[in-house]
Amino acid sequence: MNPRWCDVFRALTPLMAVGMTLATLAAAATKEPIVLGGECDRTGPTQLVGPNICHGVLDYINLVNKKGGVLGHPLKYLEIEHGYEVPRAVEAYETLKGQGAVAMLDYGTPIVYALTPRHMADKIPGITPGFGRADSADGKRFPYIFPLAASYWSQAAAALKFVLDEWQKTGKPPKDLKLAYIFYDNPAGREPLPTLERLAKLEGFQLRTFAVPPPGLEMSAAALDIARRYRADWVIAHLFGRSPSVSIKELNKVGYPLNRVISLVWGAAEVDIDAAGWDIAQGYLGMQFAGVGQDFPVIQEIIKMYQEEGQPPPEPLQKVSVYYNRGVFNAALMVEAVRLALEKFGQPITGEKVRQGFESIKDFTLGGLVPPMAVTEEDHEGGGWVRIYQVQDRKWVPATDWFTGYREVVWELVKEAAAKGE
Amino acid sequence: MIYRECGVFKTSYAADMALYRAPLAKFAVAAVAVFCAVIVPLGTNDHLLSLANLVGIAVVGAIGLNILTGFTGQISIGHGAFMAVGGYTAAILSARYGMPFWVGLIAGGALAAVVGAGFGMPSLRIKGLYLAIATLAAQFIIEWAINHITWISGGVQSTIYVPRPTLGGVPLNSELRKYYMILAVAAAGYVFAMNLVRSRVGRAFMAIRDRDVAAEIIGVNIFAYKLLAFAISSFYAGVAGALFTYYLEIANYEQFTITVSVQYLAMIIIGGLGSVLGSVFGAIFITLLPIVLRWVVEGIWGLFAPPTSAMLDVLANLRLIVFGGLVIFFLILEPDGLYRLWRHVKDYFRVWPFAY
Repeated sequence: MNPRWCDVFRALTPLMAVGMTLATLAAAATKEPIVLGGECDRTGPTQLVGPNICHGVLDYINLVNKKGGVLGHPLKYLEIEHGYEVPRAVEAYETLKGQGAVAMLDYGTPIVYALTPRHMADKIPGITPGFGRADSADGKRFPYIFPLAASYWSQAAAALKFVLDEWQKTGKPPKDLKLAYIFYDNPAGREPLPTLERLAKLEGFQLRTFAVPPPGLEMSAAALDIARRYRADWVIAHLFGRSPSVSIKELNKVGYPLNRVISLVWGAAEVDIDAAGWDIAQGYLGMQFAGVGQDFPVIQEIIKMYQEEGQPPPEPLQKVSVYYNRGVFNAALMVEAVRLALEKFGQPITGEKVRQGFESIKDFTLGGLVPPMAVTEEDHEGGGWVRIYQVQDRKWVPATDWFTGYREVVWELVKEAAAKGE
Repeated sequence: MIYRECGVFKTSYAADMALYRAPLAKFAVAAVAVFCAVIVPLGTNDHLLSLANLVGIAVVGAIGLNILTGFTGQISIGHGAFMAVGGYTAAILSARYGMPFWVGLIAGGALAAVVGAGFGMPSLRIKGLYLAIATLAAQFIIEWAINHITWISGGVQSTIYVPRPTLGGVPLNSELRKYYMILAVAAAGYVFAMNLVRSRVGRAFMAIRDRDVAAEIIGVNIFAYKLLAFAISSFYAGVAGALFTYYLEIANYEQFTITVSVQYLAMIIIGGLGSVLGSVFGAIFITLLPIVLRWVVEGIWGLFAPPTSAMLDVLANLRLIVFGGLVIFFLILEPDGLYRLWRHVKDYFRVWPFAY
């Protein structure tokens, strides 16, 4: 006889009652959860990037909770999607604030600009790894904004150091170097320009810039110019979205050697090379601020966590490890800051204490996933560490170790922005 | 029987020309005013006030666009750019020259009006879809100009931070104070628009919308009135942009992209073309719908499972689907917009308890 649903429910009710009581008792026994907030863009212009990063964040938080949380406190991570729109991001911020978030992952450069006054007024730290405003590295001026990863200025400076080091190996003087800077024509793309111009004056090389108008799919003229007319020796590319793959194809089409092209952090993911073709992208250099691949203990732990649940590791981990690892990087730094704040101050945890937690992060490398950064009260960027990877034999292979470049020049620009700033 | 018009005798020209003549209408407007000015600020928290602020700014922008598109029949996809003009003007005046915020608001609106009238000149020769493309060009040209002219953009990042607005020495540093500022501007804009559309100028606009050749023949100066419509609409857009700048304390052109222009068009189409109250409804609907959808969907899903990344992906895209679906649904239900739905309700109660 088929059981009727009302009979099933009647049978289950006492079980449910017992279960819920046990759950409440269990909840009362563990410590108070700590709320972390995050914003994401799963449906807007960066929808290729957002879901992968946010997946990494969620998985790391789950891993930490599985291991017992931060000093016994479970973590509650709230993600609110904003589709890269500022009003929705403002509402998301207010919701997260209302839920008691003590740290937040912001997402999107215009959103960071819009939320900066709120972070400062409400004293809730916001982290902006790999995007946001470069002058927020100045911890004195922006106490509650933490870039935590090389800003665009630092990335450009580091790329230039790499290029000049390679150039010196050929024995020619810097003033003979012809550098082309191809970039997406929006504020984020233009941000490294002052750094490059300053360094061109300092080191004496020739610089020419090539702007690619949005949506960044038309650059055959620029590629031709770089390869045949200007005959650049090296190219620094700052493209994002679908542009990087287009740039690889265009430069390959005009015969430019891709091992002289170095892309800043948002143009160096597996998806870009997938779209362009791993065979033609051989030798392409990409800058990263977090480790790439699965050879890190924390990634292996996440894979094991999935295997224990009888599920394969998620697709972003396997296929888009560049962005996934950046998500793990973001979450790991937030959790480390919370841990340091708890160790130093104990409960109750507030945004101000987490800020001091962030400012004491050092020697936290997660087996190489995170660079040897040191966040201080003055330097919220942690040092601007990057690593160059190269496409070799159909995968990303490290070409250098963690390094930084021209920190004095970058800080000069940061101080000038502070002096000029509002 | 509820909305009684008989027995209401007006004894002065002022009473005859009043916006709301029936006692029930006056009572309803007073109740709404009390609700907006007293109950909402005191009874809600910062989060809901921030939503109210965003809605208020959208109301100002939507009324402006409705004056142009709903009342004068000139389709414009450049509304976001005119908001950007107002926003950056206000930001430059406040950040670099230290002007108080109300000067920034008015100046932002005025400069946007001039720019809007300038980009409205093609409307004298082209109509409909062709004019839409010309205003789309305005959107891109203004965006490009703001981005590349360093004097306007204030640097490579095209962002200008605005000092906190103050009114008579009182800084507007909380959602509540900003709410009052935005409420005052939105109420002023609403009353002005309601009077504009009943006036001679408003009738000229509607004549141009309905049959511009006939309007020209009976003596309406098409040239002047079309440009005036662009100017007034862009003034509203500039004020909305300036309000947004002062609310966020930052001017960034990415807040005024073509997506925003299309959103404003959606607001007035859903709210009701050709009605000021419809613009208000449309602004509330389009601004709050994604947020309310998120609460509903997360609330329902949250009963079943804790969040996973796949679920959040599905949620985010589901929101977009439901949003589009609701827009289509409302347009099928009432193609003339939410205002028409409201009129149905009003007309029903006007003759209640009779059927007609």
